[in-house]
Amino acid sequence: MKHLWLTAYTDIIESLRAKWFFVYSLVFGGLVVLLFAFGVTESRIMGFTGLSRLMVTYIQLAMAILPVFVLITTVRSVAGDREAGVFEYLLSLPIGLGAWYWGKLLGRFLVVFLPVFGAMAVAVIWGVSKGAEVPWQLFIYYTGLLMALAWCFLGIGMLLSSMTRSADVAQGAAFVIWLTVLLFLDLILLGVMLREQFAGEAVVAIALANPMQVFRTATMMLFDQQLVLLGPTAYVILDHFGQAGYMAYAMLYPVTLGSLCAGVGYWWFKRGDLP
Amino acid sequence: MIRFENIIKRFRRHEVLKGINLEIDRGHRLALIGSNGAGKTTLIRCLLGEYLCEGKVSIDGLSPREHRRKVLSKVGFVPQLPPPLKMPVGQLIRFAASVCDSDPMEMIRVAHRLGLDAEEFHRQPFVKLSGGQKQKLLIAIALGRASELLVMDEPAANLDPQARQIFFELLAEKKDSAAMIISSHRLDEVATLVNRVVEMDQGKVVLDDQVEDLVDLNSRLRCTIGLLRPDEAFARAIRNWHFVTHDDGMTWTGPVAGPDRLRFLGMLSRYVGLLARLRMDDARETRKVAEVVNG
Repeated sequence: MKHLWLTAYTDIIESLRAKWFFVYSLVFGGLVVLLFAFGVTESRIMGFTGLSRLMVTYIQLAMAILPVFVLITTVRSVAGDREAGVFEYLLSLPIGLGAWYWGKLLGRFLVVFLPVFGAMAVAVIWGVSKGAEVPWQLFIYYTGLLMALAWCFLGIGMLLSSMTRSADVAQGAAFVIWLTVLLFLDLILLGVMLREQFAGEAVVAIALANPMQVFRTATMMLFDQQLVLLGPTAYVILDHFGQAGYMAYAMLYPVTLGSLCAGVGYWWFKRGDLP
Repeated sequence: MIRFENIIKRFRRHEVLKGINLEIDRGHRLALIGSNGAGKTTLIRCLLGEYLCEGKVSIDGLSPREHRRKVLSKVGFVPQLPPPLKMPVGQLIRFAASVCDSDPMEMIRVAHRLGLDAEEFHRQPFVKLSGGQKQKLLIAIALGRASELLVMDEPAANLDPQARQIFFELLAEKKDSAAMIISSHRLDEVATLVNRVVEMDQGKVVLDDQVEDLVDLNSRLRCTIGLLRPDEAFARAIRNWHFVTHDDGMTWTGPVAGPDRLRFLGMLSRYVGLLARLRMDDARETRKVAEVVNG
């Protein structure tokens, strides 16, 4: 365990000094500032105003930005480290491969999650200082969803980093994966599939398998409990899961998928050449 | 101590190592030489358990892949190209010392002997150090712990003559307790450090020979050079070796580390037309004679 925490700590220190982390933190911090600046807290949508309104908007934006950031930065830095000879040196030290891999994953998780959470937490603190009411249920569930989403794409990123030998290939693959999950959102290809009368079961299965769609539906569910925005598909979700069931699924599925990908990535990493 | 048994390594269809058989014992200081693409780095990575390969690699009977921690705790490694680590120097030392169960102060002490004040740079990112400073720190991490096998890829390439002398002294302290593998493109860079030479070419061992082990790693030569006329280019080159002149560049004196003599003579050969006389005395012999003369 000592080596695992050491690796995690080392990865955090490395990341904090990297330019990507600076840009990453700036984007999420900047988002919150912009949302306040543009008066989102004063506007109203479906009965939501104040901090709730801000969080709903923030979480929708985070859904678009977080996966691509996590994927690209993870594969870029992990596969990049391998290419640059960092693995050759650090893995010549007597450190277990499991401690190295999972420590790196853990460190990176904290690094990608904390700025996203931090920005949201700062918004809440600011709101409280201005006397706004804090929607704690929304805040806690969104925090959990963000953790699950970050973990999911981190796992996919680690898998890609283990499978590819160059940072460029890894980055290309990461981009294709992000584009695929983005395309299969209800707003884009899923909508087209429904219009073209594809088998309903297949469309719903794709929607339930796509972590971004799962996240999107779950975030909607808190302010649109009947999922009116989704249309008839909502019946399938609500009939099969119920509201609480789907909210639990939206947390557990991305975590499971991310862990599975990370596990396969570890197996791949262990059975091949390290540098 | 180390056994390579019929090691074959392929990258897709390209066979980089073609059946390497080698045994290296404690006390062996082995120069692993060969041109680019000969397979030196691949062999080292197989030895460190970083590459999977056909055949069997073992250190004290253990596979470096299956018993990573046990095996690698005995191995000090200095890569040819320093890794672009962003972590601060202090953090790198603490990390290495912690995973190796070593005392970070010992690594700092070795770095200090090599002329690098690691405590002064402890907040500075490793990647921001100069080439020589990085090399000194990596050597300090490798030698500042209880390693029984030293694997070094062109270790002294970026070191100044003074640091090279200290580096040779550090190797001398380890020479009986550890085996050493020093990889280089050129034999003359490492010839005086080793007692065995293995040359690789296209994935095969083409030469495996013992060499005379007469050069003491601790030895130091007192050198005097007389020139036909002062020369600016020569002055610049010889000052890098910490030589001094007292007669406007006609005569230069200074110390040369024993194992560095070949490299030093190689440098002098560029100015052979300027040389009027050259004298090299073993500093310890000279001191002994002086002691006898002075009673």
